Amino acid sequence: MANSGRKIRILVAKPGLDGHDRGARVIARAFRDAGFEVVYTGLHQTPEQIVAAALQEDVDLIGLSCLSGAHMHLFGRVIELLKENKVDDVKVIVGGIIPEEDIPKLKKLGIKEVFLPGTALEKIVGWVRDNVSPRC
Amino acid sequence: MFTEKTLQEVREGKKRWEKEVEKARRQKPERKQRFSTGSDSEIKGIYTPDDIKELDFARDIGYPGIFPFTRGCQPTMYRGREWTFRMFSGMGSAEDTNRRWHHLLKEGETGLSTAFDFPTLMGYDTDSPRARGECGRCGVAIDTLRDFEILTHGIPLDGVTTSMTINPPALVLWAMYLGVADKSGINWDRIGGTIQNDMLKEFIAQKTFMLPPEPSIRLISDAVEFGTEHVPLWNTISISGYHIREAGSTAIQELAFTLADGIAYVQDVIERKKLDVDSFAPRLSFFFNSHLDFFEEIAKFRAARRMWARIMRDRFKAKNPRSWWMRFHTQTAGCSLTAQQPYNNIIRTTTEALAAVLGGTQSLHTNALDETLALPSEFAATIALRTQQVIADEIGVTNAIDPLAGSYFVESLTSQLEEKAWEYINKIDDMGGMLAAIDRGFPQMEIADAAYHYQKQIDDAEKVVVGVNKYVTKKEAPAEILKVDEGVEERQSARLKEVKAARDNRKVAQILSDLRAASRTDKNLMPYVIAAVKEYATEQEICDVWRDIFGVYRDPGYY
Repeated sequence: MANSGRKIRILVAKPGLDGHDRGARVIARAFRDAGFEVVYTGLHQTPEQIVAAALQEDVDLIGLSCLSGAHMHLFGRVIELLKENKVDDVKVIVGGIIPEEDIPKLKKLGIKEVFLPGTALEKIVGWVRDNVSPRC
Repeated sequence: MFTEKTLQEVREGKKRWEKEVEKARRQKPERKQRFSTGSDSEIKGIYTPDDIKELDFARDIGYPGIFPFTRGCQPTMYRGREWTFRMFSGMGSAEDTNRRWHHLLKEGETGLSTAFDFPTLMGYDTDSPRARGECGRCGVAIDTLRDFEILTHGIPLDGVTTSMTINPPALVLWAMYLGVADKSGINWDRIGGTIQNDMLKEFIAQKTFMLPPEPSIRLISDAVEFGTEHVPLWNTISISGYHIREAGSTAIQELAFTLADGIAYVQDVIERKKLDVDSFAPRLSFFFNSHLDFFEEIAKFRAARRMWARIMRDRFKAKNPRSWWMRFHTQTAGCSLTAQQPYNNIIRTTTEALAAVLGGTQSLHTNALDETLALPSEFAATIALRTQQVIADEIGVTNAIDPLAGSYFVESLTSQLEEKAWEYINKIDDMGGMLAAIDRGFPQMEIADAAYHYQKQIDDAEKVVVGVNKYVTKKEAPAEILKVDEGVEERQSARLKEVKAARDNRKVAQILSDLRAASRTDKNLMPYVIAAVKEYATEQEICDVWRDIFGVYRDPGYY
C-alpha cells in the first residue's frame, strides 16, 4: 500500500431527497475516529453536487447512502458523472436499504462494495483500510 | 405513599436480601457488571417502596382522565374504546395506495395514515429534476388534487380519521383533504384527522426541510389558527418524538426534545396569533416511538403525559382539562428491526406494541417484518395489523387501566425519566428555547452522540441484536418483497401534464399571485392554499412561491 503520510480522504454523501441520515452520520464519525479525513455533504445533494465536492475535496473514496429506494438512479448517475469527468481513481462504496437483487447490478456499474443494514462499523472501516490507499 | 415504619421494615428486609445476594454472587457472579436500559440508564436489581417514597398518589399518579393524566387521558381508556389501529401506508401511485388502504380497512384497520414519497414530502412535483428516481418509492406520489381524489376514492372522509405524515408542505396536503371533503359535500366540522406539521423535529431529526425555521413556524401556526376556527376535530400538529428516536436519541432525549418542541409551538401560537391557549391546545397531539426496552418505554409514555399536563397547567396557565391531556399516536421502532432473519421482527414489533398499549397510546402503527428491506408487502402489513388485533382481543391487557401503576420499578423509572427530561428542557429554556437550541446544533449533536454510542454498543456486543451479533445464521429471505412498479414515474408525470393542460391556467396564475402577496403579510395562508389546490395548482407551484419569498433551508450536516 502506498504511504505518502497523507491520510485517506473520504466523502460521505447523501444523494437525492432521502432524509434518513443516521447511518451516514454514524459512518462519518466512525471514519473520523479511524483516522481518516472525512467530508460529510449533508442531506439532499444532487449527483452533480456530490461529484463536484469529490473533485474539489480531492477524496480517495466516496461513500453514498440511500434508504429511499431511489438508489439505482442516484448511484448510477454519480458513477456516470465520475466517468464523464474522467475520474478513475476514486472508489465508490454504498449503503442503505438495497434489495439483494440490485447488488450485482450496482457492482456491474462500478460500485466496489455494498453494505447492508446490520453491518458492523469495524467491517466497513476494515474494508477501507484494505482497499483504499491515499493518493500521493 | 408509605409510613416511616413500613420504610424501616423495607430497609431492614433489603439488608437481609443484600446478604443473600453477596452469597449468590460468590457462587456465581452476575452476568454483567452493570445492567442498563435501552437508553443506557443504569438499572438496579430490585426496587422497593424506598425508591418511590417521594411519590404522592394524588399528585403524581392519580386516576385516568384526571390531572396529571399519568394513567391515561381517557377515564375509561380501552374499556371504552380500543386504540385506533392506524397503519402507515403509501406506495407508488394514488391508485396503488388506495388499493392498500381498502385492503387494510377490510382487514379491520380503524384509521388511515398516509406515507408520501420524498418529492411530495419536500414540496416537489414528480416532473422536477430533483424528483428523478424518487417517484412513489418511499410512499405515494401526490402532485395535485387529482391524485388526492384518486387516493381517497371510496373512503368515507366523515367515517374514518386520516393521519398525514407531511411537514413543510403540510398546508398543501391538508388543503387537498379539505378540498376533497368539499367536493363530496362533507362539512369540515365532520372530518377528523391529523397533519404532522412539526418542523422543529424535522430540523432536529427527520430532515425533510423546505423553508428556514422562522417561516416554517409561521406556516405551522397558520394551520393551528385555521383548524381552531374551521376544522374543530382536526389535530393541527402531531408533535413528534418518533423521528428523534429513529435518528438515534435515547428515550430521555425523545421525551425532552418532543416536549420542548411542544412548548415552542404553544408559545408561538400565543404570541403570533394572540389566541387563548385553551382555544387551540386541545387539538395538539403527539407521536412517540415504542422501542425495545419494554419498561423504559412504558415509563416514558406515563412520564410524557404527566409532564405535558404540568407544562400546560403551570407554565401556560391553561384552564381547560382538555388542554392538559396528552393524546398520542405510537409507532413501533423501525430502527430496532433487522435485515437479518427478518421474521424475528414480528416478535420485536409485538413487544414494542405491547409497551405502547401498556403505556396508554390512543393510536398505533405496527411495523411490518420486511421494512428494513423494502416498503411492506401486503402479506407483511397484514401480519403487522394482526399483531395489534391479537393484543387488543386475546391477551387481556385492555381490561384494567394502567396496570403497571404502583410497580416500584415502573414508578421509579417514570420519575427518573421525568427528572432527566426536565433537566434537558431547563437547559433548552436557558438557551432561549428550541429554535435557539436548534440553531446552535444542540439537539442534533446530542442525538448524534447517542446514535454513535448505540452503534458502538452493538458492534462491541455489549448490546445484543439477535441475528446480527448473536445467534447469527445464514440469511433467510422473506416470502415476498414489494417492488414499486418501474412505470409509476412516467405515468405520474403524464397525469400531471394532463391536469396542467385541462385546468384554467389563468385562474391558477392569479391565485398563486394572490398567495405570493399574502405570504408577504401576516395573513393566514390556508384560504389561499385551499383556493389554489381546488383549481389544481400543483404542490410544487405553491411551495415554489414560499421558497422564492422565504428562501431554502440547507442541512448543516452535523455528525
